[in-house]
Amino acid sequence: MQTALEARNLVKRYPGVLAVNDVSFAVAEGCCFGLLGPNGAGKTTTVEIIEGVSPATAGEVYYFGKPAGHRFREEAGIQFQNTALQDYLTVRETLQMFRKLYARRADLDRIIEDCSLGDLLDRDNRKLSGGQRQRLFLAVALVNRPRLVFLDEPTTGLDPQARRNFWTLVQRIQGSGTTIILTTHYMDEAHVLCDQIAIMDEGQIIARGAPDELLQSRYDGLIIELPLDDLTDELDGIDHTVYESLGIVEIVTTDVSKSLESLAPHVDNLNRIKIRQANLEDLFLDLTGHSLRS
Amino acid sequence: MLQRIYAIFAARNREFMRDRGALAWNIIMPVIFMFGLAFAFSGEGRDQYTVGVLQSAPGIDYSRHPFLETRFIEFVTIRDEAVAFRKVERHQIDLLVQFDDASRYWVNPESPQGYFAERLLLQADAEAGGQLQKQQISGDAIRYVDWVLPGILGMNMMFSCLFGVGYVVVRYRKNGFLKRLRATPLRPAEFIVAQVGSRLMLVLIVTAFVYTGTHLILDTRMEGSYLTLLLVALVGSMSMVSLGLLIAARVTSEELAGGLLNLISWPMMILSGVWFSLEAAGPAVQNLASAFPLTHILNSARAVMLDGATILDVAPSLMMLTALSLVFLGLGARFFRWAPS
Repeated sequence: MQTALEARNLVKRYPGVLAVNDVSFAVAEGCCFGLLGPNGAGKTTTVEIIEGVSPATAGEVYYFGKPAGHRFREEAGIQFQNTALQDYLTVRETLQMFRKLYARRADLDRIIEDCSLGDLLDRDNRKLSGGQRQRLFLAVALVNRPRLVFLDEPTTGLDPQARRNFWTLVQRIQGSGTTIILTTHYMDEAHVLCDQIAIMDEGQIIARGAPDELLQSRYDGLIIELPLDDLTDELDGIDHTVYESLGIVEIVTTDVSKSLESLAPHVDNLNRIKIRQANLEDLFLDLTGHSLRS
Repeated sequence: MLQRIYAIFAARNREFMRDRGALAWNIIMPVIFMFGLAFAFSGEGRDQYTVGVLQSAPGIDYSRHPFLETRFIEFVTIRDEAVAFRKVERHQIDLLVQFDDASRYWVNPESPQGYFAERLLLQADAEAGGQLQKQQISGDAIRYVDWVLPGILGMNMMFSCLFGVGYVVVRYRKNGFLKRLRATPLRPAEFIVAQVGSRLMLVLIVTAFVYTGTHLILDTRMEGSYLTLLLVALVGSMSMVSLGLLIAARVTSEELAGGLLNLISWPMMILSGVWFSLEAAGPAVQNLASAFPLTHILNSARAVMLDGATILDVAPSLMMLTALSLVFLGLGARFFRWAPS
């Protein structure tokens, strides 16, 4: 499988701030690649450099082995995190306008059906709800039959049902062989959709790989979670990795029964103990020492 | 490329036509001005009158007649009789007097300022013994409403072009729409051409609509060719749209854009001769006004509408407007920025 996109040593420097610090990664064709990190980590800046809407201080972007240029703009579909559409245009007119900007053109009826916009075609852009706007933004990103789609925090502000529907839509797009670059700070979203992820913090990539592989390499077992207030004394005798954050104590273990047995004398309410698998949020907390959404 | 330009052009047209408030204002404002002036202006003159003194000597001897000592009147020397008569006809001066061997004066009977200036003249002349003879203007006397119509249409075009392009582009940049377009194959030049084309078409349609209505109701004067007038409007609008694009090339604040556009448009409105002639203004003001696109638009439009000027007659102004457009567009394209830095 060939490399669809490659970022080499990207740097973005603002006065007094190094927003992107020597970021490099490659994305295989047909892959869904997730760029994760908290607000301000540099992921949107990184993606905007790749998209060509923000100039890099240093670094290069390659699209199918060649410097990203006109072909890239012709074949890439982009859903921005924050953007506006022209006022007073309907959904149909907006789609038609953007479609005419490209030589490659998708079947509009198919996009309208895929993005569930059929009932909204004659509605003014300004009168769409948050979820409807996100579906329209996605549809706009698809009007050129893109080989590569950028989705920048596409489900921010959506309700859980709308998020699930959006995921289904993204999976359908990926199923057609389209390469997807997804930025998000929702770890469950990344876990469901992404084949590969890179976690960014303070402008740098601090971990990279398939989500499950990253978790397996870091967490050999399950996590026991309990409120700090339920502890009666120090956990000095516990022979496991222990984390404490925001009033919650987490213990990583490969033998849940044995751990619970050694934990019981130190806890006054066992009913509030939870046992779960490690997730990407744990990984991020582990790597950076702060929460993903801080 | 043409399809991309057409896509942006058509979308902008729809946006404008559906913004009913802006559309209504573009049509209603000049109409209000026109009818307001037509029915009300004749009752009130300006504070200051401009009176031409027909004589061969360069300086005016103010002791020759008590009228020449009247305060709040600007006296200007005119040597050529034909030129002087034309200025009276075209409301460029309110009154023409001659105090040589024969003391005479000429006034445009359609001029409200001329009426008041004549009353002052006759009053002063009575004190001096009543020597003056009233003369008839040989050509057609032009109503003030005929003279001011090009000014109001030009002013409306100016505001529509400057704000309709400059302000809108800044809004597009601020809300991220330009950034969204940048991520497409659309090039800056294509975007600019679409914006210019859209605004030119809309301004010309609105101006033609207002002109036709005014012409039918007020029976305004039209001595020249409509095609020449259209060309003046087209080239003039082009210069204004280009100026709007230059101002909006990289500004990201609507407030700043509004301030800059006002800074440009108000001096033009005051100094380009929208409401009254700059005949009495000093050479510095007249030189400054000659650098403004609106001055050339109004001079050309008045020449076509009132004097029947041909394309050749207005060619110098058209060339000046074209040159200004090229400079503004070139600088605008050079400095254009899709997104805030």
